[in-house]
Amino acid sequence: MLNYIWSAIVIISIICSVACGNTHNLSSAVIDSGASAIELLMTMAGVMCIWSGIMKIAEQSGFSKIIAKIFSPLLRLLFPSLDPEGETFGSITMNISANLLGLGNTATPFGIKAMQGLNRINGESKTASDEMIVFVVMNTASLQLLPTMLGTLRQSYGSKAPFEIMTCVWISSACALAAALVLAVGINKTGLGRK
Amino acid sequence: MEFAMPLFAAIIVAFGLIKRVPVFDCFANGAREGIGVLYRIAPTIFGLVFAVNLLRSSGAVDAVCGFIQPAAEFIGFPKEVVPMAMLRPVSGSGSSVLLTGVFEQCGPDSFAGRVASVIAGSSETTFYAVAMYYGSIGIKNIRHTLVAAIAADLTAFAVSVVTVNAFL
Repeated sequence: MLNYIWSAIVIISIICSVACGNTHNLSSAVIDSGASAIELLMTMAGVMCIWSGIMKIAEQSGFSKIIAKIFSPLLRLLFPSLDPEGETFGSITMNISANLLGLGNTATPFGIKAMQGLNRINGESKTASDEMIVFVVMNTASLQLLPTMLGTLRQSYGSKAPFEIMTCVWISSACALAAALVLAVGINKTGLGRK
Repeated sequence: MEFAMPLFAAIIVAFGLIKRVPVFDCFANGAREGIGVLYRIAPTIFGLVFAVNLLRSSGAVDAVCGFIQPAAEFIGFPKEVVPMAMLRPVSGSGSSVLLTGVFEQCGPDSFAGRVASVIAGSSETTFYAVAMYYGSIGIKNIRHTLVAAIAADLTAFAVSVVTVNAFL
C-alpha cells in the first residue's frame, strides 16, 4: 500500500509545484531531505537504543511477567472461552503487556504465536474467529504506558514540557480501545459473519 | 510527569539488581537490538522524508489544507494535523515524519503540535497490524475487524482534540 501512497506523493508534488510555479523550492527540498532524514534518525537512535537496553533488563528480570500477571484477570473477561492456564492465553497476556511497556519487538512474536493458537482452536478456518477479532483490535489500539519516543521527539523540537501530553495520551488511548472493544464484542454477540 | 521516564528506568534497573540479572550486559544486548531496528527502518525514513519534503515545498499541502480547512475548523480540528492523521493508520514512520513536520511548522507546544502528539501516542498503524496478524495465519475473511479498528482511530482523533482543549 505504501508503494502507491509514496509514488502518489512524489508525482503529485512535482505536478503541483510546476502548476504553482515554485519549482526552485523543489530542488532545495530534494537536497535538504537527506540531511533532515539523518537528523530524525539520530534523534530516534538515542531513545531507541537506551530504551531497548532498559527494557531488555525488564524482560530478563521477569518485570514484564509481573505486568502480565496484573493484566491477566482483565484479559480473562475478554477471552472467556480460552483456558487461562493454556499457552495461547499466555501468549496473549505477554503480547499485551509487552505492548504496554513499549516493547514492540517482543510483542510481535508473542502476537503471532497467539494468532497461531487461536487458529488451531478455530479449526484452521479462513474466517476470523471472535477471539481473533478482539485480539487484533486490541493490537491496533495503541496501549503504551510511557510514550518515550514521542517525548524525545517533542523535546528535540524544543518543547518546554515534552511529557505534558501523557495524561491526554492515556485518556485518548483508553477511549479508542473502549470504542474498538465495544464494537468488536458487540458485533461478535450478534454472530454476524460467523462461519 | 517529567519525572516518569527516569523513575521508570530506575525501578527497572533496581528490580534487575534484586533479581540478580547482569543488568549492564542486558542493557548492552538490548541497545544492540535497538541499533538493529534503526538499521531496518532507516531506508524507509529516508524515502518518506524525501516524499514529505517534496510535498510540503510543492504547495500541495497548503492547497489541500485550504480545501479541508473550513471543515476541520468547524469541528475544531487543527488543519496542520490533517495530513498526519490521514497517514497514521497506514505508516508509522511516515506519520513520525509528518509529526516532526508539524513540530517544525507550529512548534511542539502549540495547539496543533499537542494534538498531533496525542494522536501519535494514542493511535496505531492499523492496516499494518491487521495485515500482519491475519496474514501470518492465512485468514481471508476478517469480518468486522477493520470497522472496529478504524472506529478506534477516529475515536483517538476526536478525543485528542477534546483532551488537549480540556487539560493543556
